[in-house]
Amino acid sequence: MGADAIATDAAIHARDLTRRFGGFTAVDTISFDVAPGEVFGFLGANGAGKTTAIRMLTGLLAPSAGQATVAGFDIARDSEAVKRSIGYMSQRFSLYEDLTARENIRLYGGIYNLSRRDVADRATRILQRLGLEASADRLVRTLPLGWRQKLALSVALLHEPKIVFLDEPTGGVDPLTRRQFWELIYETAAGGTTVLVTTHYMDEAEYCDRISIMVAGRIAALGTPASLKREHGVASIDDLFVRLARPEAAP
Amino acid sequence: MTPAPAVAVAGLGKRFGAVTALDGVSFSVAPGERFGVIGPDGAGKTTLFRILATLLRAGTGTARVLGLDPATDLWTLRPRLGYMAGRFSLYPDLSVDENLRFFASVFGTRLDAQRRNIDPVYRHLEPFRDRRAGALSGGMKQKLALCCALIHTPDLLLLDEPTTGVDAVSRREFWDLLEDLQADGLTVIVSTPYMDEATRCDRVALMQQGRILALDTPQAIAAGYGRPLFAIDTPDRYKALLALRAAPGTHSVFPFGATLHYTAARADLAPAAVAAGVNDVLRQAGLAEADVAPTPPTIEDAFMARASTDGR
Repeated sequence: MGADAIATDAAIHARDLTRRFGGFTAVDTISFDVAPGEVFGFLGANGAGKTTAIRMLTGLLAPSAGQATVAGFDIARDSEAVKRSIGYMSQRFSLYEDLTARENIRLYGGIYNLSRRDVADRATRILQRLGLEASADRLVRTLPLGWRQKLALSVALLHEPKIVFLDEPTGGVDPLTRRQFWELIYETAAGGTTVLVTTHYMDEAEYCDRISIMVAGRIAALGTPASLKREHGVASIDDLFVRLARPEAAP
Repeated sequence: MTPAPAVAVAGLGKRFGAVTALDGVSFSVAPGERFGVIGPDGAGKTTLFRILATLLRAGTGTARVLGLDPATDLWTLRPRLGYMAGRFSLYPDLSVDENLRFFASVFGTRLDAQRRNIDPVYRHLEPFRDRRAGALSGGMKQKLALCCALIHTPDLLLLDEPTTGVDAVSRREFWDLLEDLQADGLTVIVSTPYMDEATRCDRVALMQQGRILALDTPQAIAAGYGRPLFAIDTPDRYKALLALRAAPGTHSVFPFGATLHYTAARADLAPAAVAAGVNDVLRQAGLAEADVAPTPPTIEDAFMARASTDGR
């Protein structure tokens, strides 16, 4: 084994990561590092390979070739340790809607094997911070979407993971709530947790420390939003996205 | 004389148990217009569309669609409407062409007879005509759903969140397609949670919690923002945000793309004075001086200003 295989301080370290499904290469030799405490935007058009890459990085899918470490653990050999070190939230599935806010926190605390005392302490802290104390015993499905999403992020952070994966966390919410959610992301990163986030809102790409844009399984652009705009001579990440994802359509 | 509106609703309301989905909505849409209904989940967009599409009866108020009452004239009205539901509602196990043929037959027409009519959309789908609908990409699924809604040459197109969950490039392409389709006068009412899409509409209604917050051209809504707005360009965005939010001279401050959007508590200050005030706060917080410049408000700025002054 090469000496540099595991020795990395990066929160996420991917080298030539590849996944094939039959004759189709969904993720094609991607390499990138994400630093601890960084907010990393993981962008790409539908079908570009983002979801497959995230499934590998979260230990749910074995790579066909290449390697990656997440929180220092090899995703292929040590996928269970990877899963314990990460949090995950998506717009589609995060909380049990027929449980209350407090019951969701307790359920996830149990899944992550936290002590009763820890769960109770953290539940109080989360509910306080979100201003949800009065609604702690309401069914989640009766809470406004914005609250559900903030609660889902808090629950994904319940076991104090090193890295949290957010898959389109802000879909469908109003612009004010979307910004409040981003402030929670900043706060999370400021506390040292690494955030990898996907989004279809191109203005949110600008909120990230660095972004990558996947096109047809490969990383077509990687850098800070400001440096990428400079390099490509575009006014916004939206323009860059269109140019990379549909080269034939660019004016 | 102005032509009769394609759609006119007045005082439209709908409750589901204790939830008020629509709370007294009134507007009218002119023939050939592209009218946007813009708002987050839970604003009442889908309830409104289902009432217009004859699928749901309003609780209160009146609706006229193409001069007809959607509650009582549904059999005359439905064949003149193209409706695209918010959720993908085609047959995933049928191919692209099979779905189109099915919807054509439901409306008593044939795919080959409609080819010219649907061509602006169909030519994007033709390379995949034998693919199962369930195996299409998100953007292609939306195009197929649009094609199915167009198959019987409707007079009014009702598109409920056609671009939700679709990537930014496919969203642009979808709006380009709508422009092509409307070249011959089709009326389109379209809903979206993406505020940036407002600029693709002739007029928009901004909705929240069952009510219309604003109703006008997107330009007029943005221009009606009412306060001088500034963009702050700083490398320490989060720290700057926290410092400015705590400062008494601040009325509002939000992250906005690459910058922070800022309004001062005093609306009468000259731009140079606002910039100086912002930089005082940043300096006291130990942050570098930022570039502070007036910026034109967007629909999102307008939505947030109206939503937060609307006492929710």
